[in-house]
Amino acid sequence: MTVMVPETLLTPVYAYPESLTHVPTHYCPGCTHGIAHRLIAEVIDELGVRQDTIGVASVGCSVFSYRYFATDFAQAPHGRAPAVATGIKRVHPDRLVFTYQGDGDLASIGIAEILHAAVRGDPITVFFVNNAIYGMTGGQMAPTTLPGQKTSSSPLGRDAATTGAPLRMSELLAQLDGAAYVVRRSLHDVVHIRRAKKAIRQAFEVQQQGLGFAMVELLSSCPTNWGMTPEAALGFIRDEMVPAFPLGDFKVPGDFKSPDDVKSPDDVKSPDAPTAKGQA
Amino acid sequence: MAIELLKGNVAFAEAAVRAGCEAYFGYPITPQTEALEHMAKRMPELGRAFVQAESELAAINMVLGAAAAGARAMTSSSSPGTSLMMEALSYMAGSELPAVLVDVMRGGPGLGNIAPAQSDYLQMVKGGGHGDYRMIVLAPATVQELIDLTTLAFDLADRYRVVTVVLADGSLGQMMEGAELPPMRPLAERPAWSLTGARGREPNLISSIHLDPEEMEAFNQHLQAKYAEIAEREVRVEHHLLDDARIAVVAFGTAGRIAKTAIAAARADGLAVGLLRPVTLWPFPEADLRALAERVDALLVFEMNAGQMVEDVRRVVEGRVPVHFYGRAGGVMPMPEEVVDALRGIEDARRERAGHDRGADRGAPDLAEEVTA
Repeated sequence: MTVMVPETLLTPVYAYPESLTHVPTHYCPGCTHGIAHRLIAEVIDELGVRQDTIGVASVGCSVFSYRYFATDFAQAPHGRAPAVATGIKRVHPDRLVFTYQGDGDLASIGIAEILHAAVRGDPITVFFVNNAIYGMTGGQMAPTTLPGQKTSSSPLGRDAATTGAPLRMSELLAQLDGAAYVVRRSLHDVVHIRRAKKAIRQAFEVQQQGLGFAMVELLSSCPTNWGMTPEAALGFIRDEMVPAFPLGDFKVPGDFKSPDDVKSPDDVKSPDAPTAKGQA
Repeated sequence: MAIELLKGNVAFAEAAVRAGCEAYFGYPITPQTEALEHMAKRMPELGRAFVQAESELAAINMVLGAAAAGARAMTSSSSPGTSLMMEALSYMAGSELPAVLVDVMRGGPGLGNIAPAQSDYLQMVKGGGHGDYRMIVLAPATVQELIDLTTLAFDLADRYRVVTVVLADGSLGQMMEGAELPPMRPLAERPAWSLTGARGREPNLISSIHLDPEEMEAFNQHLQAKYAEIAEREVRVEHHLLDDARIAVVAFGTAGRIAKTAIAAARADGLAVGLLRPVTLWPFPEADLRALAERVDALLVFEMNAGQMVEDVRRVVEGRVPVHFYGRAGGVMPMPEEVVDALRGIEDARRERAGHDRGADRGAPDLAEEVTA
């Protein structure tokens, strides 16, 4: 007997991205690096640019980010990924060049390199994964660590009086004329992940159109070094990090000024809308 | 081509352009800035990459990126600036990236001054950055040689996938003299290992990380085998009036040039002296030096520093012959007469000792310190 399968069931709605390699992850359980990788790979696929893209890995947990992308890759010295990307982009102006950097790499040791890449308006795309801590070395204080946040090098909590307040890189870089696209997104729930993906796509499109420097800051979790369950860590992003690092578009070219089309439960005013409860 | 009156810094920059340098990244620092200025004009008019970076740190990492992208890439700087580049040079060795670095040395340590010196021998020849690695180091003595060795530096860098350093000094960078530039060469093809976008091939990776110690050691062995091949094949050295010499000066770069004047004067004075001038500082001309040590009575190492290459000379000579040192550090340009005086002192001591015991005691080490400035 023949079973009739509806056409909709034969159309794939999910596939493993071609730009993502098939290797076991080295990231900790619950870490959002994997989500960020996946989103970037999906966007590279959707733009059809896998064979035109060159990535630059940094130093930190993301030192091995090159393992996960089926694109050409360079691994840069600590903090210098933007300078390496500048070198690559100047040789290959027709390729898409992106860096993938954590907050220790980009906001601490590499602040001169990121700042001047933006000053020059180098048409590169930067993915800045901000988890408010040094992950790879075991949880030390970063420039992005929240006031009072306990880390292995701020055991009593970050004291803003002697170690400063969290460095907001997106706000800083958005001041620069050469920066064309600077936004901050979060990876703590599905709605925000979908918004992050849209920003990642736009950040590549800004480069494709030669508009200048583009950066997407992604608020991320570090359950291991925060000493939390993965679920609690997502709650920490929502409740502690988002207030300290407001989400938003700090600089977006005119043509890109479309509001995010993905509604957050918090944004939905209708009484009929699903409740935000249970949504991290 | 014709002989032109060329300033050293401009000459090596233009030589790099003609050797097919596609990407230059630099930062202003005296006494090499004219090279940066020349590239600022020349590279854009040829449609090639030029960036005045925010620091030497950034400049060398841009070189790293451009080299990874498959371009002939270079930077130039001077001593305090090259210190800032050591991190990336180690990464480039670990990633086997070819590039050219011209170091127009000045007096140090610290900010030092902007006068000519040979203060970076140890930094360049012994590594400077972390880890077991080597860079090919070429030491020009004239503007013509600065041009020729810059051209050669690109070829050697590409042939072995190593960073090649042209170790000049402030006098060579600032000096104008007659020299001939080579014709413009076509740009090189992108190497198969370079990052060009993975079109129709597996992705390429440029990285220096090997977490597994066994794997890291295997990579180190690969590097060492490559360095051994370079040491075997790429030694370059000048022998000057050595056939009948009883005392040989060992000097590189500008010091070698000064030594030639000194040797002419000393010979006019009846001294049988000659010069061994290493053109490659790494690989060091060990075989030439060892053979020389077998047949002369003494060596005088002459440097524009407090005594750096002399460590290598003593290492190679292994006590076969007394090794004396004369140097001026801190940016002082030594006069040929000072070298003649040092040679005369060695000759007098040699004759005096020969009078005492007919030369049986060849290894007296204390003499080396007596002539040290």
